[in-house]
Amino acid sequence: MRLAQFLNATCVGHFESVMRGEAGTREFLKVECKVFTPVPSNTRSNLHSSTSHRQSEAAGSATTVLTVQGLIPLQRPPCPFPWTTIMAGVGDEIDEVQWCFSQVKGAIDDDVADADIISTVEFNHSGELLATGDKGGRVVIFQQEPESKNQPQCRGDYNVYSTFQSHEPEFDYLKSLEIEEKINKIRWLPQKNAAHFLLSTNDKTIKLWKISERDKRPEGYNLKEDDGRYRDPNTVTTLRVPIFRPMDLMVEASPRRVYANAHTYHINSISVNSDCETYLSSDDLRINLWHLEITDRSFNIVDIKPANMEELTEVITASAFHPNQCNTFVYSSSKGAIRLCDMRMSALCDNHAKFFEEPEDPNNRSFFSEITSSISDVNFSHSGRYMMTRDYLSIKIWDLNMETRPVETYQVHEYLRSKLCSLYENDCIFDKFECCWNGNDSVVMTGSYNNFFRMFDRGYRRDVTLEASRENSKPQSVLKPRKVSSGGKRKKDEISVDSLDFNKKILHTAWHPLDNVIAVATTNNLYIFQDKLN
Amino acid sequence: MSDTTTETTMEVNAEARRILAVSISKLYASRSQRGGLRLHRSLLLSLVMRSARDIYHSSVPPAEPMDTSPEEPAELDLESGPQPDETSAELSLTARGGAHREEEGEPAEDKENQSPTRCSRKRRGKTSVAPHFLPSKRARLEPGEERHAALPPPPPVSCRIGPAESLTSLSLNRVIPAC
Repeated sequence: MRLAQFLNATCVGHFESVMRGEAGTREFLKVECKVFTPVPSNTRSNLHSSTSHRQSEAAGSATTVLTVQGLIPLQRPPCPFPWTTIMAGVGDEIDEVQWCFSQVKGAIDDDVADADIISTVEFNHSGELLATGDKGGRVVIFQQEPESKNQPQCRGDYNVYSTFQSHEPEFDYLKSLEIEEKINKIRWLPQKNAAHFLLSTNDKTIKLWKISERDKRPEGYNLKEDDGRYRDPNTVTTLRVPIFRPMDLMVEASPRRVYANAHTYHINSISVNSDCETYLSSDDLRINLWHLEITDRSFNIVDIKPANMEELTEVITASAFHPNQCNTFVYSSSKGAIRLCDMRMSALCDNHAKFFEEPEDPNNRSFFSEITSSISDVNFSHSGRYMMTRDYLSIKIWDLNMETRPVETYQVHEYLRSKLCSLYENDCIFDKFECCWNGNDSVVMTGSYNNFFRMFDRGYRRDVTLEASRENSKPQSVLKPRKVSSGGKRKKDEISVDSLDFNKKILHTAWHPLDNVIAVATTNNLYIFQDKLN
Repeated sequence: MSDTTTETTMEVNAEARRILAVSISKLYASRSQRGGLRLHRSLLLSLVMRSARDIYHSSVPPAEPMDTSPEEPAELDLESGPQPDETSAELSLTARGGAHREEEGEPAEDKENQSPTRCSRKRRGKTSVAPHFLPSKRARLEPGEERHAALPPPPPVSCRIGPAESLTSLSLNRVIPAC
């Protein structure tokens, strides 16, 4: 049984993990369980994590004592058994998810056309469809093939389902500005009927696209041929009733709504509300609320533009609606703060309901602190209890009930902290990394440089660095964890910080909502990885 | 001990100068970026420049004058561009911001004579001491070279006025806020 699964199932304030396995096996794991009374939050710093394997003294049997400590999300009443020793079966070591290469999409050659740079990746709510947007304004949607009966253990491949040009470059004549066609964000609407709907946005305009299938067409008209040419009415001697005949599947994408002219600054986020009727869009200084049906107006709900632009100190960097509460949304700022707003409080939500900010660690204060503390992405957990923010060097997980500091902080690439000056010069410090949750909110993932991406297991306090590269792209080949050495002695297989390729960055990642399938975008390629099924 | 501190101060000083030069060139380059000026990026750049300038000044003996002026017009770029109605407010930001940082050593009577936009003609003499991190004025004055110079752009002096030496840069700066 997977340890991670068990940990998620029995949730207590703090406790040492318990592993239960099959009974009746010869080899087993013996685990000690200890229940702590919950410690007041203000006395705890960051989480502790320690794992140790100790051979038990019992001769003749292979028993290992495992002690794991961790903070588990509270979901069930505390375990009533203090100091319980539970025999666990299964002789193998602790279950670890192994990630395997599945597919890679995109051109192979190193010469990357600007327009092919992937700018956003998003699974739909069922995970069956995977949408990508690129710098050239195109959207490509992949669809997962149904599991074949021959290989029930294999998940279906993702193949191209639809490709369309969502946005074109525009020119704002009044301001003499070119408007980029790059797709900044794609958000799927929950599916209501056979067609799929998604919102895609560039810097200024949001569009609602309908993607529908057509597999029948009418044939047998009287006044026109099947190829569309009109028949001379004089040649019609008999009448027939047109009927629908099957045809090759055609997937059509059509723009159903265009929401334009509502943003003075560059749109950075869109988020569909849980009411499925409204959505928000945010730019650097304002957030607008739209109704999906109405394109000629939107409501401005947040406006942080100062009366005097000289006094500008903070901009909005990302925003999101709460997954369950249709009145709640958050927005993050360039100063590293997140504000939660309740639309029931007032029409204009300039006054926040909650304000999340962690006091700066004076030890980490550097010349570039203002840039590295700027939040690049904010995401609610699927449960709605937590939200995750990504700044340049770390991921922070916040409990919505606690505003003073995050409950968890993960350093993504701490070794870059001493390189901030060079990263400033080569512009990398301005890179906006995204982050995502897995389906049950137990693992979070984000990208880094050198085509590395990182996963942090919250329950088990384990993290891994993996690489998306063509070298590891044999089907079903297991990805080997990578390690970056921050200085001093470099161990074998480690990569030194100076040999990292900062042009190979993974900014966009997505996790299948229901399965362990991930989509990772390098500059112009999309990698799909899945966990190894036994 | 004084040697080490002077050394460190010099290093810090040089570093701050370098960062200032890099920041200015980035701000300048962002003007020609596709999609227009990015407010967030411009804001971050200006924050770094402000810190660099503060460090530069704190590590430089107070005799060194008027090095604040170059950064102010760069703050023009904070605006995302599409604010034609606020152009005048933005432009005065430059001069006003520069005024706040003027050295206290200036004679009091100059303040009375200063126009609202703080065009400090009195700075003429002092700007002859050019900041080290910016290209020499001689390079700037070559016709047609300003836009193509590999060096950072001409020292963006307060754009409304300028000392006699920087008339060329003055014209350049006048053009830019129009967009």
